[in-house]
Amino acid sequence: MKVALQREPIDTAALHAEIKAGSDGAVCVFDGIVRDNTRGRRTLHLDYEAYEEMALTQMRDLAEQAIATFGVRDVVLVHRLGRLHIGETSVFIAVASAHRGAAFDACRWVIDTLKKTVPIWKKEEFIDGAVWADGEPFPDDIAGVKP
Amino acid sequence: MRVRMRLFGPFKEIAPAADAWRELREGETVAGLLELLQREAVLPAKLLLASAVAVNQEYAQPTRILLDGDEVAILPPVSGGRP
Repeated sequence: MKVALQREPIDTAALHAEIKAGSDGAVCVFDGIVRDNTRGRRTLHLDYEAYEEMALTQMRDLAEQAIATFGVRDVVLVHRLGRLHIGETSVFIAVASAHRGAAFDACRWVIDTLKKTVPIWKKEEFIDGAVWADGEPFPDDIAGVKP
Repeated sequence: MRVRMRLFGPFKEIAPAADAWRELREGETVAGLLELLQREAVLPAKLLLASAVAVNQEYAQPTRILLDGDEVAILPPVSGGRP
């Protein structure tokens, strides 16, 4: 299992190659990249920021839960921080498993859960101004503030 | 008692000085601290209502009682994006 936050570019090819083992029949990869627009508004770059200590703990928990819940063999989960340009990888997930079904399911679950619970934020710099992305509403069990 | 407030993203940009140690009454809860922050109106109310709170780097419920030395982070909704 490899879980990391890093400021330097993510070497996706190396991570993809490293996770493979003899007993695997599938590696499912999610490569999240920086899009050139949000709802048609042209993006110049993104700045990612994290509550790093907590984000790492949460990411480790996600990887462990994916292995325990879906029965996959191994998970790699790496998120980039700092300034990212169009087309660069912001988050990379690889799930290795004996069979593809579990690898697909675990990979989808990891990215969807990460996007809702791991404390990472992004600021989008557009051609005409910058905003912090709205973010995803917290799941009910961790939304501390709702009336 | 004192807790270490941690702010991130939009909150830190709006109120960098609030990312600091802060004095609270004994027995203050997560919900109580949030009410206090709402009354102070330093952080934007709408974003505050959508936020979660972490105590010592774990998500905390509103009834959680804060203790001297706790690290208390106000977390705006995380980065998301359409699935």
